[in-house]
Amino acid sequence: MNQFLAMVKARTMEFVRDRGTFFWNLLFPLILVFGFSFVFSGNQDKIFKVGLLGDVPQSSQYSFLELEQAEFIPYDLEQIDRETVVQKLRMHQLDMLLDFDKNSYYINDQSANGKILRMLLQNPQYNQMALQEKEVSGKAIRYVDWLVPGVIGMNMLFSCMFGVGFVIVRYRKNGVLKRLKATPVSAFSFVSAQMASRFFIVLLTSMVVFAGTNIFLKFMMLGSYWNLILITALAILCMISLGLIFASRFKSEELASGVLNLLNFPMIIFSGVFFSLEGTPPLMQKIARFFPLTHFIEGARAIMLEGAGFVQILPNLITLAAMTLLFLVTASLLFQWD
Amino acid sequence: MQVEGLHKSYGALKAVDGIDLEIPRGSCFGLLGPNGAGKTTTIEMMEGIVKADDGRILFKGKPIGGDFKKKVGIQFQNTALPEFITVKETLELFSSFYPHPRPMDELIELCSLLDILNQDNRKLSGGQRQRMLLALAIIPKPEMLFLDEPTTGLDPQARRNFWKLIEGVKAEDTSILLTTHYMDEAQLLCDYIAIMDKGKVLECDTPQKLLEKHFKGVLIRLPHDGDERELPQGAVITGGNLEMQTVDLDASLKKLLSSSYDLTGMTIDKPNLEDLFIKLTGSSLRT
Repeated sequence: MNQFLAMVKARTMEFVRDRGTFFWNLLFPLILVFGFSFVFSGNQDKIFKVGLLGDVPQSSQYSFLELEQAEFIPYDLEQIDRETVVQKLRMHQLDMLLDFDKNSYYINDQSANGKILRMLLQNPQYNQMALQEKEVSGKAIRYVDWLVPGVIGMNMLFSCMFGVGFVIVRYRKNGVLKRLKATPVSAFSFVSAQMASRFFIVLLTSMVVFAGTNIFLKFMMLGSYWNLILITALAILCMISLGLIFASRFKSEELASGVLNLLNFPMIIFSGVFFSLEGTPPLMQKIARFFPLTHFIEGARAIMLEGAGFVQILPNLITLAAMTLLFLVTASLLFQWD
Repeated sequence: MQVEGLHKSYGALKAVDGIDLEIPRGSCFGLLGPNGAGKTTTIEMMEGIVKADDGRILFKGKPIGGDFKKKVGIQFQNTALPEFITVKETLELFSSFYPHPRPMDELIELCSLLDILNQDNRKLSGGQRQRMLLALAIIPKPEMLFLDEPTTGLDPQARRNFWKLIEGVKAEDTSILLTTHYMDEAQLLCDYIAIMDKGKVLECDTPQKLLEKHFKGVLIRLPHDGDERELPQGAVITGGNLEMQTVDLDASLKKLLSSSYDLTGMTIDKPNLEDLFIKLTGSSLRT
């Protein structure tokens, strides 16, 4: 058997037969997706969310603004364009949008909350300014729809960074690398086999997690599955390459674990796995652009929730490809057998 | 294989301090020495795993490199194997690294692996593991085989079984460099030995010639009673024993009796490699 394939097979067998690690890689994201889906499925629809555009009058001039059950969110048209706000209404992130510049209100014809608010505005007592109705259409995005790319991305990150970074450090510490160094196997051949094995494992587990949770939760998927697989594959390569940098020199598993966690946790927090980066300080948003996870989550959410095509996600793909190249070159320059 | 003027230091510590060795083709060469003598550093430099600070390492008259790794087999002192894969899968993996690996059936027979082929690497006993590691080392049908303390930690039966395997490999005209703490092992397997201490080679020759050079006659050994009376001529106290090397056994025994020594527990042996080692290094092999 070709030495590359033999090493891919050996590493894959090692992973699959290590049942604890194998099932944890599958169970962890499933638990997270179902757990968050359960926790956030309850009382969210009890609050009306109403977006405000233009010069907002005093509540005394427009009684609707006194509605206690509604949260009013003003948007500044100098910072966000009108279409983006309307898109939030389409995605059910808002129940209604009042546009005082255009003397109109928008509702989503598929939103139950929007229909209740419309009934109120049809009463002139609440609608003193006689705003005109405009209707948009769009299915609701649940938190779980928004969350699933983040959770899958986070699982990919852990699996890639620890599955390569940590494992190679363990190989170095316990002497497996030294044994391989004594054979004619080249470092390139060894490292690429580790990458290939991890790539297929992570791609497959991500697809299983997605498909498995989709059976019960029926995610919103407006874009192409091929584009989703493409950005997933590229993100996996990028994260493995990042893990290789840490695998290249460290000899202590404790040190490798600490450093990998030090990098992983800020990445999870700042890449928008659990909450949107909208409204966070600009510096935080700038830092997040340096993380591969940010580009994966952004691209995957755009495909799934907005139906983005190849061209729309191209900036994310190019960034991931460039990062992969940079990480691989750095790792290959730093790599040592022992 | 030849080594000329080999040096290696770790900081201020001179691990190997200018050694010269020559391993004739097809021979088994034993490298002996106490812990920290520089054996493992020497063998790892010869394997090409550790870079020498100075000196030359020649294989068939040429500096090592190029295809060297395809022609040698190595068994390290401590080797971990990939986990969760079986003996057979490990053999297949390592066989894939070499252009002309030994057939699997031959490996299995040579190293008696048939019973453990489907066993997980993690579940091998000490003896099984060493047989497996030897099998990995001989996959390329090596012209030169490095064995670094291959029987350390094995029970006496497993050690003897392992010796048989090494004799089988030796019969294929493979040159072997063996480091060991066991003098019986060196005496049985090695055609040549070098005794090292503090990074230097103290002696190097065939075991027979070295013993003839350093010892004449037999060695009388008897428990010392602790009495501080004058020792008979030629006797020394070593490790709680009185030892006396002599070519005239009758005369020596008479001397001991005339000095009122109790001869209970006395042994008379020909000096062996362990005696030689202690004489040369002043320390026990396992300290």
